[in-house]
Amino acid sequence: MPEEKLSLDINEILNASIDAKYEKLDEKEFHRRIVSSGLSRSTIEEISKLKKEPEWMLRLRLKSLELFEKLPTPNWLPDFLGSLDVSSLELYVKPGIEKTNNWDEIPKEIREYYDKLGIPESEKKYLGGLVAVLESEPIYSNVKEELKKKGVVMMPPEEAVQKYPDVIKEYFMKIFPASDHKFAALHGALWSGGVFVYVPRGVRITTPVEGFFVIGSEMEGQFEHTLVVADEGSYIHFIEGCSAPQFKKFSFHDGMVELYAKKDAHIKFTTVQNWSKNVINFNNKRAWADENANIEWVEGSLGSKYSFVYPSTILRGRNATSTSLVVTMASGEGEWKDSGSKMIHAAPNTRSKVVNKNIGFNGGVNIYRGLIRVNKGATGAKAYVKCDSLMLDEKTKAYTFPHNQVFEDDADVAHEAHTFRMSEDQLFYLMNRGINEKEATSMLVLGFIDEIMKELPFEYATMLNKIIKLELEKLGAVA
Amino acid sequence: MSVLKIQDLHVEVEGKEVIKGISLEVKSGEIHALMGPNGSGKTSLSLAIMGHPKYKITKGRITLDGEDITNLETDEKVKRGLFLAFQNPVEISGVKLSTLLVAELNRVRGSSDSVMQMFQTIREYAKTVGVSETLLNRGVFEGFSGGEKKRTEILQMLILRPKFAILDEPDSGVDVDGLRVISEIVNKLKKEINTGYLIITHYRRILDYLNADKVHVLYKGKIVSSGDMSLARLIDEKGYESVIKN
Repeated sequence: MPEEKLSLDINEILNASIDAKYEKLDEKEFHRRIVSSGLSRSTIEEISKLKKEPEWMLRLRLKSLELFEKLPTPNWLPDFLGSLDVSSLELYVKPGIEKTNNWDEIPKEIREYYDKLGIPESEKKYLGGLVAVLESEPIYSNVKEELKKKGVVMMPPEEAVQKYPDVIKEYFMKIFPASDHKFAALHGALWSGGVFVYVPRGVRITTPVEGFFVIGSEMEGQFEHTLVVADEGSYIHFIEGCSAPQFKKFSFHDGMVELYAKKDAHIKFTTVQNWSKNVINFNNKRAWADENANIEWVEGSLGSKYSFVYPSTILRGRNATSTSLVVTMASGEGEWKDSGSKMIHAAPNTRSKVVNKNIGFNGGVNIYRGLIRVNKGATGAKAYVKCDSLMLDEKTKAYTFPHNQVFEDDADVAHEAHTFRMSEDQLFYLMNRGINEKEATSMLVLGFIDEIMKELPFEYATMLNKIIKLELEKLGAVA
Repeated sequence: MSVLKIQDLHVEVEGKEVIKGISLEVKSGEIHALMGPNGSGKTSLSLAIMGHPKYKITKGRITLDGEDITNLETDEKVKRGLFLAFQNPVEISGVKLSTLLVAELNRVRGSSDSVMQMFQTIREYAKTVGVSETLLNRGVFEGFSGGEKKRTEILQMLILRPKFAILDEPDSGVDVDGLRVISEIVNKLKKEINTGYLIITHYRRILDYLNADKVHVLYKGKIVSSGDMSLARLIDEKGYESVIKN
């Protein structure tokens, strides 16, 4: 009964959260090589050259750069982002160490960084494979023997470009083309680091694999790319974790995730996003599901100052299904969490379910922009959207912009939205049971996201739990 | 032996005075009944004692064994041994009842038991008061009937083992079996740990079961009459009017 245990040891968790791992991180400067700053053709050529890329990949980058320059900045972004000059960032930062599959080969000061985050430990305990990216480059990549034996491939995409050029050529930015929007284009031009996974036909991986991304310094851009191809009848659970220390200025993250689930395949993709409060986070997530395939998105979007995440699935094969469970938390003045899942029903008898839960306090802003689209010909489609907001105080805001585009008469599309303000009476009741105000608030908040917590692996649910409690700690007295 | 003392308490809700100078003294092991017509201030008094933010104590004080607890945070009052069973508890759908109960037990027991042991204890207690496994797995009070709510409140009293308990109409909406169970638990704690009670009720029946030591009648924010069980009998037979006119 993991979820019961979670809500239980409130004191213990509160204490642990005070020295929560990510708080201990200091900003560290590592030796690094940065390509000439500024966003230009020559910067991109230099990155491509450093990675010894084939001509076609360089062309993809340059085409993306062109698109970035052409495409307009979305007009609904917060002012700060609308006027952000990407050129002022360090767009490619190479840590001064070579990639390894042995933690002992990683310099002590960097190793400590990851130890504090508990990464090597969780790898040992329950991961089938791990790629760790620091700044712009993978520094660690390892896949357990049992997975290798089954033919599972897991490596940074730049390595895959060399070793499996055909696969990369076929899938890389196919479902999420650079032309999609300005920041997708920027990603295409500057992508570096990330994870490529291929799961062969019929192989069902029982241990999750993880990609962990760290931004180590301020005024830096990180553009990692995750590409998962699950062949027919296979199963994989991919966990994505992110962390960054507190900066004086800000850093910029513009990652991309592409998932391809072939016939009867099942991909579960879990993200625990805990960037520090001065990271601007764009994560471009899209999946496609062939016949009878299943895509599950689970996302805890807790950290960062501005966050834009819209896990999307294109249900392109008959009977394909997808669920998306997203928790976002906006816990401070000026914090802006934009989220919302998109489900495109493009084949008959496809089903989708979206559960989005927003938590807001201290003047944070949560925004939901979701889309359910049922294409002509996608008969018998079923979609369910639930979108709840919990606001812990009066100055906090939540907005919901759901969109439904339905082009088949027999589609069954349901939408539920609820807004809760934590009530004085609920709080009073819990306090009458000996639970103090902070704990009571935590209980209410964790209860609110219970149905998503249940979907997380235990360790991650615990981490999410800690992060939320830590944020609530800062809340002080709830008026 | 503990004493809960309320001295000349005045309470305002949104600027309106609802309690106009109440004094009461409950000792360990005593059962006091608080009766009175609707709107006389019984629930206001109980919420004010526990420190509901809307109920402002403008004058007077509450002491527990000499310590002034008037302005303590609610959870601190609970830690010192006060308990309130709500007349109509609010639904908290996000929090599972079993989770809440384990948190309470954890608090009382100081957490030497494992989670599984605590769940087992909760299940046994729940069985005693007739709260089903289904209810334990639901959100707190989510879709509970009136009777189920009362039993759940008493279940929490059983877990928290208070020094003093205020029970706000524990008998309304409860069937005969429920009434018996609730009375049994009240007596059990009285016997085991000498709990003192302030029981708000409209009915003589529960007081007969419990054999109340004192009966007070509240009217327009004041205690207008105090006595023994014969006062409850008089109200039962002739209504409040007979008492209030005195």
